[in-house]
Amino acid sequence: MIEITIDGDTVEVPAGSTILDAARERGIDTPTLCYGETLTPVNVCRVCVVEVEGARTLVPACSRKAEDGMVVHTDSERVRTSRRLVLELLGSATDLSTAPEALAYIERYDAHPERLGAPPPPAPKLDNELYMRDYSKCILCYKCVEACGVDHQNTFAIAVAGRGFEARISTEFDVTLPESACVYCGNCIAVCPTGALMPTSEYELRAAGEWREQEQTETDTICPYCGVGCTLTLHTQDGEIVKVSSPDDHDVTRGNLCIKGRFGYTFVKPRP
Amino acid sequence: MPDLKLLEAPPSDAERDAIDAVVGVEADAGNRVARRDRHRRQLLLPALRAAQRRVGWVTPGALGYASRRLDVPPAEAYGVATFYALLSLEERPAEVLHVCTDLACRLAGAEVPEGAHPSPCLGLCELAPASLRTVAGEEPREIQLPETRLPVDGDRLLKGFPAGEALARARDLGPEGVMDAIEQAGLLGRGGAAFPTAAKWRAVAQQPARPHYLVCNADESEPGTFKDRVLMEEQPGAIVEAIAIAMLATGCEKGYVYIRAEYPLAQERMAAAIAASGHDIELRIGAGAYVCGEETALFQSIEGYRGEPRAKPPFPVEVGLFGKPTVVNNVETLVNVPHILLGDARPTRLFCLSGNVARPGLYERELGTPLRELLDDAGAEPPQAVLLGGAAGTFLGPDELDIALDFKVTLGSGVVMVFGEKADLRGAIHSIADFFREESCGQCVPCRIGTVRQVEALERDDRPVLKELAQVMRDASICGLGQTAASAVQSGLALL
Repeated sequence: MIEITIDGDTVEVPAGSTILDAARERGIDTPTLCYGETLTPVNVCRVCVVEVEGARTLVPACSRKAEDGMVVHTDSERVRTSRRLVLELLGSATDLSTAPEALAYIERYDAHPERLGAPPPPAPKLDNELYMRDYSKCILCYKCVEACGVDHQNTFAIAVAGRGFEARISTEFDVTLPESACVYCGNCIAVCPTGALMPTSEYELRAAGEWREQEQTETDTICPYCGVGCTLTLHTQDGEIVKVSSPDDHDVTRGNLCIKGRFGYTFVKPRP
Repeated sequence: MPDLKLLEAPPSDAERDAIDAVVGVEADAGNRVARRDRHRRQLLLPALRAAQRRVGWVTPGALGYASRRLDVPPAEAYGVATFYALLSLEERPAEVLHVCTDLACRLAGAEVPEGAHPSPCLGLCELAPASLRTVAGEEPREIQLPETRLPVDGDRLLKGFPAGEALARARDLGPEGVMDAIEQAGLLGRGGAAFPTAAKWRAVAQQPARPHYLVCNADESEPGTFKDRVLMEEQPGAIVEAIAIAMLATGCEKGYVYIRAEYPLAQERMAAAIAASGHDIELRIGAGAYVCGEETALFQSIEGYRGEPRAKPPFPVEVGLFGKPTVVNNVETLVNVPHILLGDARPTRLFCLSGNVARPGLYERELGTPLRELLDDAGAEPPQAVLLGGAAGTFLGPDELDIALDFKVTLGSGVVMVFGEKADLRGAIHSIADFFREESCGQCVPCRIGTVRQVEALERDDRPVLKELAQVMRDASICGLGQTAASAVQSGLALL
């Protein structure tokens, strides 16, 4: 076990734990955007930064391992300032209107992104029947790339291309998804924290003003297709399935599904 | 790696030959990737460079062929190719002129002619204005303009030593003896961070994991810096001997020298010196990315990934190139080693004098030399500002020049750039902000968006916002690029 001090309290955590793990152990709510329970931390969003005594700069809680004797401050003025500015920078360059976590953090840190710039207009890309991609909503958290790559799917249809402010998620030469290696598992959608990636069904309901998340019911069932037996969570609204997901903490799926489990539900109730 | 979906566009024969020259002729494996071609991703950048040098740009056919041969998903290969400023994913003429519009060349009145590309610092600041002509074809070449060179003058690093003597001495001393000598000499890194070299070497030497790698960081891209270029052009043999000594001391099985693409003459001379030495040292060439001078970004680049810096810790001495313990040393740091072993431990540094000076060039001086003395030697105009350490460094005002040049001040990579009373200092500050916007890798939010907002806030002279951006970039960026992206801007603004 490792002993560290967080915000004045001593915490014991197993060796190999991150500062984020230790903070959660203490019940401290640390904001995260690019961090995912089922993904390798990339520590790029920097919204989880904390102050470690003796360190020159702030450090990302999501990936920095706790070390014996470390003294951490998660809510110092310096930490709050950086978190606020990171959120303001994100909000000044990205349409966060469908990113509930980011919006909540913006409120919590009293961030005002508009003073630094206005986000780009919507730019939905509909080049296939199953997904909508709108990169004006992309915060470049790398989660979709990780899910498409070695963390989950091993399909490698997308990667980060370009550099700096021009960096973006792209297929090779920006070909359409049908021309790419995409297998439509939708595992990128499952991890996207901002709604930049959405099932087309959800996108269309939202566009029509008919997406009412608070009225939806979530029902767990088992996928009817193959023998793996993935747990499906059916999101239903007005008696219709509007989206399918799988729980992140499920032993088998870890939130992942294949094209059939995630999109092959229209047989349940034929559309008129 | 599973079977990949590949681009359908076929490569031309010329592209195929150019890529095969780097990765070897294709083994017959039907539609599959030949076994010997798997896990060879580290050849991706050399392969893409070879294709572009043959036909002028990276075509879909070439990218697809390189992907297939090296078992890299095309989307990832595209991500790598689009990371580098000197690789083009769009058709362009075989001959391209890259005109330096960075600090020293601006002061020298650089202008970009019709059809030419503006370029960040080309490391020819003492010869400003400078440019680089790239010529693709059967005999591809890169030409630095001007092609002339200034005579070098130094009585230690720039003077050299009898070849082979230092390595022989190192063999007599043995690894511990070499590291003791370096420690006693108090050698500190010359790349910018001034880390004790002996401590770094010992940390690698004691790592049980194998192999150990040595990387000579010759990706000198800090605006205003040209010392490593001159060293490589003038003393390639000394550098290779220094690398061999460092490899001996730290138990490195293999060495790499990573030189920026903008330095063709240095590449040529280093390649010749490496070939003549017989040591297991591989030369790698960049493709236009300042951030690849950051050590972990440099590993990523060698390994065939985007040059995005890694989180530290773990540090390279434990987990470095290919995940193995790695010594990374700057060219100038390494060249100190043979001199120390041969008994000359004087702490000299190479200072890159440029800007409004009568005699620009490389000045070898002992640490602690007064800045005034150096400015007088170079015939500096009365300055309104002096930039120390390059774009990641600090501007000093006319009343701050009575300092000694030692590690207490921001020497960084040894840049001393003089801005005379008539120089456009505001323009230079804007140019530095533009530089960081262009060179940010885009990985972390403070740097990717912060460097853009810094340019905008500078345009409207919004000092409070600039200060806030400076704080978040310094505190929350992943690597040194973002952490220093506001340093010169802030110190420069204070002088206006």
